[in-house]
Amino acid sequence: MSAPVLQTRDLRLAYGRHEVVRGLGFELAPGAIACLLGPSGCGKTTVLRAIAGFERLLGGEIHFEARLIGSADTHLAPEARGIGMVFQDYALFPHLSVAANIGFGLGKLARPAREARVAEMLELVGLASEAQKFPHELSGGQQQRVALARALAPHPALVLLDEPFSNLDSEMRERLSLEVRDILKAAGTAAILVTHDQHEAFAMADEIGVMHEGRIQQWADAWQLYHRPANRFVADFVGQGAIVQGVVRDPATVEIELGRLSSNVPVECCHGSRECVVDVLLRPDDIVHDDSSPLQAIVARKAFKGAEILYTLRLPSGAEVLSLVPSHHNHTIGQPIGIRLDVEQVVTFPHA
Amino acid sequence: MFSTLDFSVIPLALPAIFKGLAFSLELTLIAMIGGVILGTLLALARLSGGKWLGRAAKFYVDIMRSIPLLMMILWFFFLIPLLTGQPIGQEKSAIITFTLFQAAFYSEIMRAGIQSIPRGQVNAALAIGMTYWQSMGHVILPQAFRNMVPVLLTQTFVLFQDTSLVYAIGATDLLKAAENAGMLYGRTVEMYLFVSLIYFAICFALSMLVKYMNKRIAIIR
Repeated sequence: MSAPVLQTRDLRLAYGRHEVVRGLGFELAPGAIACLLGPSGCGKTTVLRAIAGFERLLGGEIHFEARLIGSADTHLAPEARGIGMVFQDYALFPHLSVAANIGFGLGKLARPAREARVAEMLELVGLASEAQKFPHELSGGQQQRVALARALAPHPALVLLDEPFSNLDSEMRERLSLEVRDILKAAGTAAILVTHDQHEAFAMADEIGVMHEGRIQQWADAWQLYHRPANRFVADFVGQGAIVQGVVRDPATVEIELGRLSSNVPVECCHGSRECVVDVLLRPDDIVHDDSSPLQAIVARKAFKGAEILYTLRLPSGAEVLSLVPSHHNHTIGQPIGIRLDVEQVVTFPHA
Repeated sequence: MFSTLDFSVIPLALPAIFKGLAFSLELTLIAMIGGVILGTLLALARLSGGKWLGRAAKFYVDIMRSIPLLMMILWFFFLIPLLTGQPIGQEKSAIITFTLFQAAFYSEIMRAGIQSIPRGQVNAALAIGMTYWQSMGHVILPQAFRNMVPVLLTQTFVLFQDTSLVYAIGATDLLKAAENAGMLYGRTVEMYLFVSLIYFAICFALSMLVKYMNKRIAIIR
């Protein structure tokens, strides 16, 4: 594996006396797209600003292209870092044309080289016909792409994207996040995206760090986060699901109301007593609708999603679980329906 | 009472009045350009974060804004020759005084203009590799200036009206020229009426310009 383009180690950041990031670290391979995902106030934007050079570190180290650019007593100025950034509000220069915005960071190049690079970037983001327009004449999605082209123009090895799609409607957001991914991959530029929207993270990132209270709770790809969440926070934050109680029968079996599950019970769960209570995470795709099943649950709520309906089902014990069912199975609230378990990855946590 | 007025003297007085008007306009133009440049430097000094530089600039602005312009004109005219040992002439003295005085007002306008540009614009420029001063020059000042053009122009017609104060040191501006002509032909009232019409026409044209610019800037923002 090639050397990482960015390394952060044991970062500590504070606003005034309030420490918002502590002991955070990760690595990013060249060309990889990572995402810091977390609820507002978890410190993700602060980390991004520290990498860009807009915040000073209280502790820890940031290495970019094998060079120390930030620590408690080193602070390379943002303009000397060579890291591109796309801002939440785009921060395009309103007094300059699209082409001038993109060429803004290319002052060191000779004019023909600069113009060639601007044309190349316009082509890459699909805005060649808008070159002479001004930012206020463009749609939100177009402005977004100009901001990306401007950040990519000076050939940075890393681009930071701060909630880049938050000003767009949801349809646009999904389309553009895939588009931006393609553009970044075509340019071969590594990127870090910050967002609170997991769909954005799933659509764009190769790897995702879920952040909470200034720390990374888990660093993994989307599949791992969803199916093997490291802790309850990740389980709650990523995807939907319900927690039900289970009893550990032996180290390989957990029994819940709906049946027995084969599972490797985490060690911390069961020292001492052989039978103990655990919390089991059931995802909506773990519960399958099956009319022939003897297991029955009552429809408590339903949410129509188009191709599927997300049912909230009440079990005889009163516990609730979620089930994602193809939408031609249209049941009414209060009706009992047959279900069965189809759990491939059993996720258990110590009983809270 | 108006039947006693005789406007036939106006054509006779026109050459002298135009000469006065030319000086008023020259004074306005030079003081505006010089004042905006000096004022922008003062604003940058105040926003630079440098403690003493900022304080010095603030002190300058506060002093200029708390002294009546007429007094400044007189002081400058009488004090500078005492300091340098030679008179500098009414017109030169007026131009320097107005530039220094107006700079204080323009600097407050430019300061507000600079502060109205979102912080993100500087960050965006830094992230592309510009230094702080480069981003000031290429990103912040052009926008601040553009946004503030209407306010700067409004200040300019205050400046234009104030040029009439140079009569105090005997410089011949529009008002003084009209007064002189009035005395010469014994038609003071007519001359005052005529000259106020000129002041009105110029200020009205300027205010139309301000209105037009406000509209254009509102579209861009």
